[in-house]
Amino acid sequence: MLRYAVKRIALAVVILITVMLAMYAMVFLVPGDPASLALGPRATPELKALLRERMGLDEPVLWQVWHFFRSAATGDLGYDVWSKRPVLDQILEFFPNTLILGVAALGWALTLGIALGATAVVWRDTVADRLLGILSVGLISVPAFVVAIYAILIFAVWLRWLPAIGAGNPGDPLSQLRALVLPAFALGVGWVGYLARLVRASLLEVMGENHIRTARAFGLPESRVVLRYGLRVAIIPTIALMAVGLGSILSSAVFVETVFGRPGIGTLITGAVQKRNYPVVMGTVLFMTAFYLFIVTAADLLIARLDPRVRDVLRR
Amino acid sequence: MTDPVLSVENLSLRYRVPGGSLQVLRDVSLSVQPGEVLGIAGESGCGKSTLAAAMIDLTGANAERTAGTIRLSGRDILSLGQADRRRMRGRDVAMVFQDPMTAFSPVLTMGSQLVDFQCNLDGVSRREKSDRARAMLARVGLSDPDLAMTRFPHELSGGMRQRAAIAAALLMRPAVLIADEPTTALDVTMEAQIIHLLRELQADYGCAIVIVTHHLGVIAELCDRVAVMYAGQVVEEAPVDALYHDPRHPYTRALLACDPARIEEHTGRLPAIGGRLPDLTAPPPGCAFAPRCPLASDRCRTLPPPRVTIGPGRAALCHEVAP
Repeated sequence: MLRYAVKRIALAVVILITVMLAMYAMVFLVPGDPASLALGPRATPELKALLRERMGLDEPVLWQVWHFFRSAATGDLGYDVWSKRPVLDQILEFFPNTLILGVAALGWALTLGIALGATAVVWRDTVADRLLGILSVGLISVPAFVVAIYAILIFAVWLRWLPAIGAGNPGDPLSQLRALVLPAFALGVGWVGYLARLVRASLLEVMGENHIRTARAFGLPESRVVLRYGLRVAIIPTIALMAVGLGSILSSAVFVETVFGRPGIGTLITGAVQKRNYPVVMGTVLFMTAFYLFIVTAADLLIARLDPRVRDVLRR
Repeated sequence: MTDPVLSVENLSLRYRVPGGSLQVLRDVSLSVQPGEVLGIAGESGCGKSTLAAAMIDLTGANAERTAGTIRLSGRDILSLGQADRRRMRGRDVAMVFQDPMTAFSPVLTMGSQLVDFQCNLDGVSRREKSDRARAMLARVGLSDPDLAMTRFPHELSGGMRQRAAIAAALLMRPAVLIADEPTTALDVTMEAQIIHLLRELQADYGCAIVIVTHHLGVIAELCDRVAVMYAGQVVEEAPVDALYHDPRHPYTRALLACDPARIEEHTGRLPAIGGRLPDLTAPPPGCAFAPRCPLASDRCRTLPPPRVTIGPGRAALCHEVAP
């Protein structure tokens, strides 16, 4: 298990370095000189040269890369070209908002998705099962930003129940919670359908296995058979998917944050890309990649804990 | 004779399949006396496993009973409600399945499953259930029951798992134990040990055992009485010695002739019954075995065979058998 953990973490580090190199290459491939863009069309060559120097763009590329790696390893992601604030500070300021949004969206999607999937199995091949199937596919098909716009229209503009934009007032948990409801709803909707389908398929497969028949042969109540004997096995692929899901949810958070005018990593990165604020773009992408790798690795380790068969294979 | 503990009366059952239905059980009648060991023999696809599953009301969702009753301790189990049927399982009738590799949940420890399996035992705490499980594991010959309780199924060998499955089935001292091919997935040494164990436990606990197998040696070792099935029907029923020494139904004779253990001459090839099982979506009007039977006459092909009583506890479903 320990060896497996070490191997997984080493792999994560390799991926992270690869992503950083790819990011760096991209900065040089995308047209538009940061310094000219930053200073506008009327800037003098001297001013541009000065800014290029300050951004470190006048140095050899390899040196820049080395410099970037060295600082990144110590947690220094450079400075914002505009505000001169450290990039890491900005990320740490905005990231909790995005994380709360992602976790809230995934949390309610997971709860409802598993419940709907298990319900469909208990009532399999009935009208209820078919209706749940149609509902799930419908939910999967609607993009998050469409849901977001309709959610604002209905609940914020017409009914005036919840705020349309922002993340609530600092220090006021109730207003923050109210501001979280609509974005989390919009972000999670697609996943409810997806998870319901996944859990249903996975659970149906498990319910055909012999150990389920054994549990029934001893007279265990059907609910216990489904929840303890079925779901316990069926949930394992769902966890693996959820790790990938969180990554995907954090990317769609960019749209949702834009629609809801909610401060977060999504708004930070779109703003920075528009202004060719490279240190912020690179720092944010690097941070999100690291976070994503952390989640995926943690999920793999969790699966190894949940499934004793996997655990034993790893022990060898 | 006392009242049977389990009796199947004129049971017909079919599976709905795409494009029709398979008549897997056709007018099956059998009874098991308290403490008796009944063997059900037959080749693959003859309906023996379906019959075993029906005895504990575990046929699949696509199975449909078209006629007959199953009585367990005098109660017609198929007329009971879902909850009452569920309450019966494990207590009145318990089952040991064919494949010990997949019979237990892979993600729960043996101990927690053995405790769960006693859910129909009322007024007993989890702790006591755990103690009962441990004692039963020791009884079926697991050398370290404390350790086995904390293990996951895949950490036990096939033989140990089958012993644990037998322990699970006996936990609530059922009146009838149904074993569906309990040794098929095991090697020969294991098979002998499991048969020995079943015989010992039967003597100790006095429960009736219904054992389903295609292995005639297992039946000879273990059973008091045998029912031979073919194409969804019981074609011959007899005390075990009588069946082996004087098989009457042509199918039983053919089946015994194929048993490698009974072949005396070394010929280099195994005997087989020519032909194949009839199509169960449309069973033939006459005797199902007629197309493969050396004695078949015209009436065998057109008229359903009568049930001929040959002697005490002996009957055969055949036109050609004289009483």
